[in-house]
Amino acid sequence: MRVSIQQHDFDLGTELAALHGNTGQAGALVSFVGLVRDFSNGKQIENIYLEHYPGMTEKALNTIIDEATSRWQLINVRVIHRVGLLLPSEQIVLVATAASHRPAAFAACEYIIDYLKTAAPFWKREQTSNTTHWLETRDSDEQRTARWENKTA
Amino acid sequence: MKIKLLYFGRPADRLNITHELLDLSTAHFSAEVATLADLLVWLRLRGAAWKQELAEQKIRCAINQKFSHLNEEIKDGDEVAIFSPISGG
Repeated sequence: MRVSIQQHDFDLGTELAALHGNTGQAGALVSFVGLVRDFSNGKQIENIYLEHYPGMTEKALNTIIDEATSRWQLINVRVIHRVGLLLPSEQIVLVATAASHRPAAFAACEYIIDYLKTAAPFWKREQTSNTTHWLETRDSDEQRTARWENKTA
Repeated sequence: MKIKLLYFGRPADRLNITHELLDLSTAHFSAEVATLADLLVWLRLRGAAWKQELAEQKIRCAINQKFSHLNEEIKDGDEVAIFSPISGG
């Protein structure tokens, strides 16, 4: 199970332990965990609400992971994305990679989170004390993803 | 032609709709609905809120769970999704 979309939280230690699987092959584990910030554009965030497109989300994430796996020699990949109502400081997303050596694990982890942000159908709504606001893809995220287009491993 | 229409993100929230089944062969539709852009033109006729929320620069679309340009054609049985620009991670 490489991809999970879930409401409940995840435990990083448990996920990393499962990722290398005690096979002795993995020499490097890299993980990225995204968290809910408490401030956005100078306003205090009370909560965020995350929704996704069931079916398409899993397909999009698997396509991203397949592409990463073809670019780098990876032993294992794990992606967890939470949906529903989340509070500041809560974990939103985990991308973790296992490889024999660290360059592949680092690069693939960054590649997967960059594409997740621009190619996987999730939507985030921020709630402040008096407003709700749907976030949109940031130009800076698009630019980060674009860096990979002309880059080989 | 029948399609399943799904809404996500801001348009789903603002228009208070998550999904609907559309029969594009009924008399209510113009015979010209062939592309995503045509479908959007028709949906905007539902009123001011629809016109505002489905403005071209505010939305993105998918056909059968693949991101699609507005000039792509809709076929019988397609699953069409309309949503605001994505914001995961």
